[in-house]
Amino acid sequence: MTARTLFQKIWDAHVVHQLPEGPALVYVDLHLVHEVTSPQAFAGLRREGRRVRRPDRTVATMDHNVPTGDRTLPIADPLAAAQLEALAVNARDFGIELFDLASPRQGIVHVIGPELGLTQPGMTIVCGDSHTSTHGAFGALAVGIGTSDVEHVLATQCLLWPSPRIMEARFTGARASGGGVTAKDLILALIGKIGTAGATGHVIEYTGDAIRALSMEERMTVCNMSIEAGARAGMIAPDEVTFAYLAGRLRAPAGAAWERAVAEWRQLASDPGATYDARVTIDASTVGPQVTWGTSPGMVADVTARVPSPGDFATDGERRAVARALEYMGLTPGTPLEGLPIDRVFQAAGFEWRNAGCSMCIGMNADVLRNGERCASTSNRNFEGRQGRGGRTHLMSPAMAAAAAIAGRLVDVRAWEVSAS
Amino acid sequence: MMQPFVQHTGIVAALPRSNVDTDQIIPKQFLKRVERTGFGPALFHDWRYLPDGRPDPAFELNDPSARGATILVAGPNFGCGSSREHAVWALLEYGFRAILAPSFADIFSANCCRNGVVPVPLHAEEIEQLFSRQRAAGGAYHLTVDLEAPCVTDGSGFHTSFPFDGFRRDMLLRGLDEIGRTLLEENLITAFERGRDAGSGERAWR
Repeated sequence: MTARTLFQKIWDAHVVHQLPEGPALVYVDLHLVHEVTSPQAFAGLRREGRRVRRPDRTVATMDHNVPTGDRTLPIADPLAAAQLEALAVNARDFGIELFDLASPRQGIVHVIGPELGLTQPGMTIVCGDSHTSTHGAFGALAVGIGTSDVEHVLATQCLLWPSPRIMEARFTGARASGGGVTAKDLILALIGKIGTAGATGHVIEYTGDAIRALSMEERMTVCNMSIEAGARAGMIAPDEVTFAYLAGRLRAPAGAAWERAVAEWRQLASDPGATYDARVTIDASTVGPQVTWGTSPGMVADVTARVPSPGDFATDGERRAVARALEYMGLTPGTPLEGLPIDRVFQAAGFEWRNAGCSMCIGMNADVLRNGERCASTSNRNFEGRQGRGGRTHLMSPAMAAAAAIAGRLVDVRAWEVSAS
Repeated sequence: MMQPFVQHTGIVAALPRSNVDTDQIIPKQFLKRVERTGFGPALFHDWRYLPDGRPDPAFELNDPSARGATILVAGPNFGCGSSREHAVWALLEYGFRAILAPSFADIFSANCCRNGVVPVPLHAEEIEQLFSRQRAAGGAYHLTVDLEAPCVTDGSGFHTSFPFDGFRRDMLLRGLDEIGRTLLEENLITAFERGRDAGSGERAWR
């Protein structure tokens, strides 16, 4: 039998039918639904008199547009309230399990899937959100889809999908010790190397010793930003770390079923000699803390680097994009990244414990940056206005962001003593 | 439901920017609607309007030459970022039927094809050439996108063909709904499910 990749094994197990005219009809094991990208899909079902084919394979939560403050108060934004209410009505009418604001299990869709053990190795998972790639950390094939496809999956439990190409992103060696270099730095370094369209049309499988050494949370961080490299999905073969995370989770198999499941999951890893359509290798020991200086995640550099000049780039298009990004970010070429002041950190540092929600990762609720405010952000998109109109986002690891908050400027966290606990 | 796309001639708007993300195309504060309509006025909101709400004359789409534009020409990796189909609904409602760029993000491309908007991949040099031709026209510059061929022409010397997935092309030419196509295979789905559910443990999808 030919050697197969992790992707190919899951794909083969889920193809219902290869359409003669092109794409495959791929079965979806788990469909995660949230309030922003689903109302038009449910409206489509109603218009056509269609039902949800498998409510038992569909789980909904509210996360994109929810207040993270006091939830005993009514929701101030009437449009947001209507959107949440629409999901509640749709879940009730179509018989879908919903974790609403009153549920202790409510949370960001890509966090509760793993937390509840809904996300499992070998599954196909879809959600109307590009960061569905996060679930690939468990060795699942997880893709983000648009609302028309959400409707398609609700109605048919399948996705029409042209077979993607597979890219291996191998991280060799070990990260620098001391905790200053994290999973975020690995994925940002990859995006810096291959570009934001570097993996377009591909599913990325992350391999290598530096990936094996990551915790599940770190693997989710890596897979989450696969989309920022242009990929449809990112995946990591399941191993003992994966099984240890899932054991005992609410919706994970238990007892004899658990033993059977783990035995199956062990078969998922890519076979020795399996071939990939593209390969990229990064020596993890050479990766330092990464900081974005522009408005696209590929505009990234080591914290010890300086802000580049448009003239450093090869094409007209790149030079235009870099000039625009530097103007937006308020940065001058040649400025060292380390030392960049982060606005009003201490004045604004009245840290607050908030409830779960997408908050400043998308900026849909009231949590946004003000115009010109500079932010050390552990989120995944540094697009113009993503965290608030005129807000200036620098993507970096949590350790780097925390150090910036303490110092009041961008710093190289490696110079700090980081305790493992 | 979907408007078929066979051939379209229209005015070009040039947007010589790279990595135009779906957050720019339709910012998040406009994603709260539960309908597929009402997004056109918010298209490119933060670029298109000044903070006081007046159109920003410096933005390419507000240039008089782009008035009534139905074809958008842009830089590489157009439509990257969020999967929000609202971005395509906004482009369509504004009037765009075709987007020409050196490359598109995968989910955005798929979303376009579900809504009768054609993502036309051209070489980067061809896109640069279209930017120059649009500038040189000094007013409305027209292009024809022919999906049947498939090719792009301007009637004054620019002519190029482009690759396009056969299945998506067929669905666009006929304005077909993919759910209808999939449901033709319902017996196969049912048979597949029977096998899958039979092997399940505690969870239905195991």
